[in-house]
Amino acid sequence: MDFLQPSTMAEALAAKAEHPGAVPIAGGTDVMVEMNFDKHRPPALLDVTRVSELTEWGMDDGRVRLGAGVSYTRIIDELGDRLPGLAMASRTVGSPQIRNRGTVGGNLGAASPAGDAHPALLAADAEIELQSTAGTRVVKAHEFYLGVKRNAARRDELITAIVLTPPSGPQQFCKIGTRNAMVISVAAFGLALHPDRRVVRTGIGSVAPTPRRAYAAEEFLAAELESAGLWESRAELPTALAREFGEKVKAAGAPIDDVRGTAAYRLHSLAVMARRAVTWAWTDYRTARGT
Amino acid sequence: MRITTTVNGQQRVVDDVWEGESLLYVLRERMGLPGSKNACEQGECGSCTVYLDGVTACACLVAGGQAEGREVVTVEALADADGLHPVQEAFLECGAVQCGFCTPGLLVQTHDLLARTGRPSDPEIREALAGNLCRCTGYEKILDAVRLASERMASR
Repeated sequence: MDFLQPSTMAEALAAKAEHPGAVPIAGGTDVMVEMNFDKHRPPALLDVTRVSELTEWGMDDGRVRLGAGVSYTRIIDELGDRLPGLAMASRTVGSPQIRNRGTVGGNLGAASPAGDAHPALLAADAEIELQSTAGTRVVKAHEFYLGVKRNAARRDELITAIVLTPPSGPQQFCKIGTRNAMVISVAAFGLALHPDRRVVRTGIGSVAPTPRRAYAAEEFLAAELESAGLWESRAELPTALAREFGEKVKAAGAPIDDVRGTAAYRLHSLAVMARRAVTWAWTDYRTARGT
Repeated sequence: MRITTTVNGQQRVVDDVWEGESLLYVLRERMGLPGSKNACEQGECGSCTVYLDGVTACACLVAGGQAEGREVVTVEALADADGLHPVQEAFLECGAVQCGFCTPGLLVQTHDLLARTGRPSDPEIREALAGNLCRCTGYEKILDAVRLASERMASR
C-alpha cells in the first residue's frame, strides 16, 4: 500500500491522477474504520490534510467557499452565522473528537444516505467543486448523489470544496437517533426558506438510497406561501399547512427496514420533523431572526 | 515507512510503520505508550483520545502517517514532576475509576474541556464527554470528578 502525502493542490491532483484507486483521507472517521476492521484495503491512501486550499474557507463573490477538509468543529465555531443549516447539522455529528476531525468532504466522499451534512447541503442549494489535472467542475448537490455510497466524482477527481450562498431566510435541521451523541441518523431533515427567490428547499437523509430533495413538498409549500401572501404578511403559518407539508415530505422517502429503524418509523418521524422544522423556520422568519 | 513526530514534547522516529496503521497502534505498539487504550477501533468509545496539534482526536482514526511532523500529547503527559494533574486527582478521589479502561480517554477529554471552559455547566460537561463511553461507573462519579477538578483549577 502507498501513503501519498501532497502538500499542495497541484501535487494532490497529480497524485490522484497517477493513483486513481487511492482513497483520500482527511479526518479518517470513515476511512480508518474500514482499515481497522480490514473491510477494505485500497492500493493507496491520499492524505489531504496538508493542502491548505482544502483545509481553509473563504468568501468568493459573496459566497462561502468551504474547503472540503474543514472540520465540523470549525464550521460550528466559525460559520454558524453564514451557514446556519450546515452548522446545525454539524453539531449533531458524532462526538467532539469526531467533529474535530470529520469533514464535509469526507461525508460527500462516503456518500452514505445517512451522512449528516447532506440534508443541509441539499436545502442550501450547495454546489460541490471537483478538481482533477484536467480542470475544475461544479456539481449541484442534488445531482451529486448517484446511489448508495456512490457519488458523481470521477476516479481521477478530488472533492475540493463546497460552495454555498449565505441564506436570505431561515434554515433548520432535524435528526432522529437513539441518543444525542454518536448516532448514525435513523432519519434526518434539512429545510431552507429562500425568501429572496421565494423558494423552499429540503433535504432528507436515511430515508432513501441517497440523500434527496422532497421536490413536490418544496413546490407545494412555496405555492401556498405565495397564494396566501404569507411571504409579505409574515402572518402565522396555518397548522394544517405545516402538517400537509410534513405529509408531502414523507411521500418523498423510500426507506428500508434495518438495524437502526423500520421503514414505517422512518417515514413517520420524517413527517413529524418536517412539520416541526417548517414551524420553527416560519417563526424565525416572522420574527426576522432568520432575516 | 518512517514516521517522525513529536510525542509528549520529545521527537520520536519509528520505522516500518504499515501505511494503513493507526496512530493508536504506533503509540502503543511502536513507541511503548500504552496509556491510550484500544477498544472499539471505530471512534465510538473515546478510550484512545489524544491531542493532535492541540485538538483532541481518537488516535484509532488517525493514520500513523498523518501524524508525520505533528505534535501528539497522550495521557502519559498529563502528570508532571510535581505529581498527578488535578483532573487525575479528582478522578481518583471521586471514585470515577473502576475498571479503568475508559479513564485515559476521559482524562484527556476532560483536560481539554477545562482548558477551554473554566467552569463548565453540567450540560457542557455531558456534551464534551459524549464521545467517551464508560460501562462501569454510570457516569455520575465521573461528573463529580469533572466538577471537583474544575472547582480546584478555577480557584488556583
